[in-house]
Amino acid sequence: MSSDQVSVTYDDKIARWFLWATLIWGIVGMAVGALIALQLAWWPANLNLPYSSFGRLRPLHTSAVVFAFGANAIFCAVYYSIQRLLKTRLYSDIISKVHFWGWQLIIVCVAVTYVLGITQGKEYAEPEWWIDIMIALVWVAFTANVIGTIAIRRVKHLYVSIWFYLASMITITILHVVNNLAIPVDGTKSYVIWSGLKDALVQWWYGHNAVGFLLTTPFLGMMYYFLPKAAEKPVFSYRLSIIHFWSIVFLYIWTGPHHLLYTSLPEWAQSLGVVCSLMLIAPSWGGMLNGLLTLRGAWHKLRTDVVLKFFVMAITFYGMATLEGPLMSIKGLNKITHFTDYTIAHVHGGALGWVGGMIFGVIYWLAPRLFGRELYSKKMAELHFWTATIGLVIYLVSMWAAGITQGLMWFATDEEGLLRYPQFMETVLQIQWLFWVRLFGGTLYLAGAVLALINVYLTAKGGKEPKDESVLVTLEKHIEPLNFHEKIESKGLLMGLLATVLVLIGGVVEFFPTFLVESSIPKIESVKPYSPLELAGRDIYVKEGCYNCHSQMVRVLEPETRRYGDYSRAGENIYDYPFLWGSKRTGPDLARSGGKYPNLWHYRHMIDPRSTSPGSIMPSYQWMAEDKVNLEQIQEKLKVMIKLGVPYTKDDVEQAKSLYLNQALEIKANLEKEGVQIHQESELTAMIAYLQRLGKDWAQHKVDHKGEL
Amino acid sequence: MTALFVLIPVSLLLSLTGVIAFRWAVNRGQFDDLDSPANEILRSDEQNLNR
Repeated sequence: MSSDQVSVTYDDKIARWFLWATLIWGIVGMAVGALIALQLAWWPANLNLPYSSFGRLRPLHTSAVVFAFGANAIFCAVYYSIQRLLKTRLYSDIISKVHFWGWQLIIVCVAVTYVLGITQGKEYAEPEWWIDIMIALVWVAFTANVIGTIAIRRVKHLYVSIWFYLASMITITILHVVNNLAIPVDGTKSYVIWSGLKDALVQWWYGHNAVGFLLTTPFLGMMYYFLPKAAEKPVFSYRLSIIHFWSIVFLYIWTGPHHLLYTSLPEWAQSLGVVCSLMLIAPSWGGMLNGLLTLRGAWHKLRTDVVLKFFVMAITFYGMATLEGPLMSIKGLNKITHFTDYTIAHVHGGALGWVGGMIFGVIYWLAPRLFGRELYSKKMAELHFWTATIGLVIYLVSMWAAGITQGLMWFATDEEGLLRYPQFMETVLQIQWLFWVRLFGGTLYLAGAVLALINVYLTAKGGKEPKDESVLVTLEKHIEPLNFHEKIESKGLLMGLLATVLVLIGGVVEFFPTFLVESSIPKIESVKPYSPLELAGRDIYVKEGCYNCHSQMVRVLEPETRRYGDYSRAGENIYDYPFLWGSKRTGPDLARSGGKYPNLWHYRHMIDPRSTSPGSIMPSYQWMAEDKVNLEQIQEKLKVMIKLGVPYTKDDVEQAKSLYLNQALEIKANLEKEGVQIHQESELTAMIAYLQRLGKDWAQHKVDHKGEL
Repeated sequence: MTALFVLIPVSLLLSLTGVIAFRWAVNRGQFDDLDSPANEILRSDEQNLNR
C-alpha cells in the first residue's frame, strides 16, 4: 500500500438486509393486491369481516408496495451504490441499523393499524399521527446517513445518481411533514389541519410528488448506476443525465393539480398543473433515451443477460408512463380516464413496469455480488422475466379497456342529451369480466416475484456469510479525506437541511390559524358543521375506507351533473377533515346522495348491498349494526375541531352526547316504523346519518336563494 | 385555496434549495468534466483485498 492509498471496507450486510426486506414485503404487498383484485371480481372474497374488507385492504396494498417494496429497494440500492461511488464506508453503522429496524417496525405498525381501521383517510398517507412521526424520524436518519457519507467521501465528484438520491430524500421529508400535519384526538384518531379544497391541494401536491420523488428520482439514480454497471458501458451522455436531473427537480413539484381537473379548484391552478405536466415529457424522454442508448453496442447482451432484460423493460415502461401521464392530464382525456380503471392501469405501468423492473434487475445483479456466489438459476430468472412481462401486459390491457369502456359509458348520451346508461351498475357489470383478466395478469406478476425470492434464497443458502468487500482506494490529489474544511462543510450541509425543516414546521405552525380563519373560498351560508352523530358517521366512512371506491366530487361536466346533480362547490367542503373527493369510482359518486333514499334503504344496503342493488360488488357491512361507536371520544373530537377553526360552541361540546343520542333515536324510531330494530349507538346509525347529510347544505342553499337562481 | 399560500412558498423554497445546490455544484467544479465520471464508475483498478 503506497501512502496515497487507503483500504476501505464497505458495509454489504445492510444492503443484504434491505434486499431480503424488499423481496419479502414485495410479495406480501402484491399478494394483498391479488386479494383485492379478487374481491372486485368476486365480492364474497371480502369474507364479511371488517379486517378483510376491500376498503381496509386497498391502502394496505398501496402502502406495502410503495413504502415496503419500493422504499426497502431504494435503501438497499442507495446504501450499496453510494459506498462505491464515494469510495467510503457508510457514515454510521448504528444509524444504518436503526434505519433498517425502524423502517420494518413502521411497516408492521402500518399493516396492523390499517387492518384495525385506524387511518387518516388520506391516500398514500393513511398512517395515523404517531406512525407519521416515526416515519419522519427514520427518514431523517436515512438522510443524515447519506449526507454524512457524502461528507466523508474520498472522491471529489458527486456522480449523478447521488444527486437523484439527495433530491428524493430532501423533498420527501418536506412533503411528508406538510401533508401529515394533524391534531390528535387520541392514539387511534387525529384530524389533519387541512380541510376540503385545501386538503385536496395539499394531498395531491404530496401524492403526485410522492410518485415523483419516491418512485421516480431514486429509481433514476439507480438506473444511472446499475445500468452502466450491468451493461459494462458508460452512460450514453453524462451531460444529458445532469440536464435530466435538474429539469426534473424544478418541474415535478408543480404538477399536483392535474389530479383535480374539473373540480372546484380554480381554473388557473388546474392549468398550471397541466402545463408543467406536459413540460415533463421532455426531460423524462431525454432520460429514457439516455438509458436505452447506453446499451448501444451492447444490445446482444440482452439475449443472455436477465438483468439487462429487466432494465430495458423498466426503462421502456418509464418512457410509456411518462408520456401517458402528461397525456392523461390534458383536460379532454382526463375527463374520460379520471375516476376509472385507466388510472389503475397507469399506476401499474409505472409500479410494476418501471419500479418493479428496476428492482428485480438490481436484485439479480446484486444477489451474486452480495452473497459471493453465482445466481442459483439463470433459467428461473428468465422465467420470472417472462411471467412478469406477460402478466403486466395482460394487467394493463384489461385495465385500459375497463377504464375507457366505463369512462365512455358514463359520458354516453342520446340525441336528447339524456344518459344512455343512467344506472351506474350497468357500467360496472359491463367491465366486471375484465377484473378476472386483471387478476390473472397480476397473479402472474406475483408468481414471478415468488420465483425471485426462491432463486435468491437458494443463491444465499448454504454459503457462509460473505465478507464485506474491501478495496484499496487511491486518493485523489486534490481531496484529503476528512480535512477540517470538509468537516465544517459537511456539518453545514446537515445543519442547513435540519434548519430548513425546522423553519418550515415553525412557519406552518405559526401561520396556520390565520389561514384557517381567513379564507378565499366563497362562503355558502347554509354550510354548517356536522352534527356529533354525522361526524361520528363520517369517521366510520374514513375508517372503512369508503373513499377508496366512492368519490364525493361532482365535476363540472354535463353528463356528471345529469347523473348525480349539481356540481360540487368548494365552499361545501370547508368542514371536511380530511377531504373525501376520492380518486376512483368503483361505486357511484356520493356528493349529492343525502335524502335520495330513505333510511331503510341505507340500512338494507349496508347490511347486504345486493338486496337493494342487484349485482353490486360492494362488501357487506353487517358488523356496523353490532359495533358501537365510542361515545366518550365524541367530545374530544369536537374540541379538536374547535382548535381547527370549526365553529362548534361550548354548548355543542358539553351537550355532544345528548345531541348525538337525540338524532340517533330519531333514526332508530324511523327504522322501527319500518319494522327494523337498530341500536342508537351502533355504527350503522351514525353512518346513515352521515350519508343522509351529504349534499344537504347545498340543497338548503338552493331553497334559501330560490329567487336568485 | 389558502393552502396555496403554504404550498407555493414551500415549493419555491424547494426550488431555491435546488438553485443553491446547483450553484454550489457549478462553483465547486462538479460539472467541469462531464465525460470521465461516466467511465470512472466502471473502472475497477482499485484492488479488491478479498480476492
